[in-house]
Amino acid sequence: MKLPALNTKSVRPAELNRREFFKSGGAVATVTLGTGVTLMAFGGDAHANADAGKRWGLLIDVNKCASDCNACVKGCSDENGWKMDGENPETDPQWIRKVDLKHKQTGREVSMPMMCQHCEEPPCVDVCPTGASFKRVDGIVLVDKHICIGCRYCMMACPFKARSFVHEEIEDQKPNAPRGKGTVESCTLCVHRVDKGGEPACVEACAKTGHQAMMFGDLNDPESEISKALLAYSSTGLRDDLRLNPGVRYSNL
Amino acid sequence: MAHTEYREVTPTPAIWLIAIIAGAFVAAAGLAVLYIEEHGHIVTGMTNQIVWGLPHVFAIFLIVAASGALNVASIASVFGKIENKPMARYSGLLSIALLAGGLGVLVLDLGHPDRLIVAMTTYNFKSIFAWNVILYNGFFVIVGAYIFVQMLRNASPKLVRSVGTAAFVWRLALTTGTGSIFGWLVARPGYDAAIMAPLFIIMSFSFGLAFFILVLGTTFPLTGRFIGGNLIKRLGRLLGVFALAVLYFSAVRHLTNLYVAEHGDFERFILFSGNIYSKLFWFGQVLMGGLIPAVMLLRPAEKTTRKWVYLASILIILGGLIHLYVIIIGGQAFPLEIFPMYEVSSSFFDGAVNEYSPTIYELALGLGGIALAVLIAGIGVVALRILPMTLCDEDIDPEAVDF
Repeated sequence: MKLPALNTKSVRPAELNRREFFKSGGAVATVTLGTGVTLMAFGGDAHANADAGKRWGLLIDVNKCASDCNACVKGCSDENGWKMDGENPETDPQWIRKVDLKHKQTGREVSMPMMCQHCEEPPCVDVCPTGASFKRVDGIVLVDKHICIGCRYCMMACPFKARSFVHEEIEDQKPNAPRGKGTVESCTLCVHRVDKGGEPACVEACAKTGHQAMMFGDLNDPESEISKALLAYSSTGLRDDLRLNPGVRYSNL
Repeated sequence: MAHTEYREVTPTPAIWLIAIIAGAFVAAAGLAVLYIEEHGHIVTGMTNQIVWGLPHVFAIFLIVAASGALNVASIASVFGKIENKPMARYSGLLSIALLAGGLGVLVLDLGHPDRLIVAMTTYNFKSIFAWNVILYNGFFVIVGAYIFVQMLRNASPKLVRSVGTAAFVWRLALTTGTGSIFGWLVARPGYDAAIMAPLFIIMSFSFGLAFFILVLGTTFPLTGRFIGGNLIKRLGRLLGVFALAVLYFSAVRHLTNLYVAEHGDFERFILFSGNIYSKLFWFGQVLMGGLIPAVMLLRPAEKTTRKWVYLASILIILGGLIHLYVIIIGGQAFPLEIFPMYEVSSSFFDGAVNEYSPTIYELALGLGGIALAVLIAGIGVVALRILPMTLCDEDIDPEAVDF
């Protein structure tokens, strides 16, 4: 996959000057912790690597998703360092989860992964008072951990329950996913991988099981595998009634 | 109307005692905040399901009451009821004190209260929260100016009226902003309604006036000053009308939701499920906080005493806290409807009614906000010429017919 071109265009005009300031200072101020955990979260590099011509998205085939399979969740947990030991289920973050559904009328049962839907019109970004919750020009919705004040208004606003608040101190962080007590976090679509031409860990983990239920790609590129699949088969976005145009779509739901 | 003389309050032992008690509550809140900061929000009852808890109930109650506490001043300056004028300074001071108390709770519950400077300097203007930061700060400035011009020697009535009108318009905007925090949340069936803004405005009228009546009724006897029974009863009648208006707006909110099929499940959850929220709604919000005080305040005046007015004010405040609890906690306890027509389950509590048990730390923080408001109001009346020497009925309006 071609590396996305460098693009410093911001979707947060109010942030521009401050961001530029942080970026210039960041080179000096970036502190390396232990095994390379860097305090420069997604405010700097990740935003700069976004390509305005792309819109990253996922297509999930619900028919191919096995109800007893949790590979995507484990893949995300391993990649991004959030634990899934179930010790404090009410407060532990979950960047991705498996949801089991049973239709009330027909009785049809399905299972599928849920994560940040990377909306084109993300309510979490609209409500965030400081602009910490932001959407990159390539459609990936992220939280800038430096200016998240932990008000949790984005969690109130998200229709998908995709966000978690970090309720306690975090140990053993992954260098690619800096996290912090008192801030909100969610699926980053593995932006660190995507910016290097890779695909999200959940998609990779799903493929390894042989289920092939998840597909990642550029929704703006008509030649991409995901665009061709979306053209050929019907799919749906969750809460389409809200017209948020999520970047994650589900087929056979 | 006789000339009104304002004097600073000389602290009496009773006032010192109240100050010490309030100070102890503020200190307890401070300790609770330090504890939460040290361990994280895991020591609170808040979760990834109930993300806003008891501190937000107290904070939003105080913020809503703050704008309502300005009622009496607005009635004097904007609507020309000069009999309310002697209370206008105190009304302004109390509104500032309540807002400071509410914001204190809100800020100290943040995941990063240390980043307050970020919230004050970095704005996303599409966020009603960001606008509220501006509205809250502006309220301090405008109401501060309003008190200042009232205290100026030889300030022209026109100037007082202009600044008072600005404060009145600002407080309406402020409460519109507070209600819209919920009204503009499209994701949740319990919110997402334009009526939240006017509902919050009328709630502010009611809760703020109830607070003002109680503080007025406490401060005057404590400072050895006189306050007329007719005055309290007249404010009480107004409070009774506001209490009914809150009931009316609540009824319209729920009836509208009931009419819409997609919100039916939520309304059944709040109104008829028999859970804690429906009990709080009917017995706490409607009966104790609405109907009973309205009857107490609006029955024939000759049967009312000032004690009834104080008791009704207490009921309205308790009912108001319950009202906000049902809105804030009840609205989150009901699961998000991501998959209509499906039964849903997951390890992240999808489809489940969410549990919430507040801890002592959250309660301490919330009560600390009320105590902070009391302290600020107390310091204000000791340091400044806010309180009139008397609010005797004959001085205020000798022509008024006795209740």
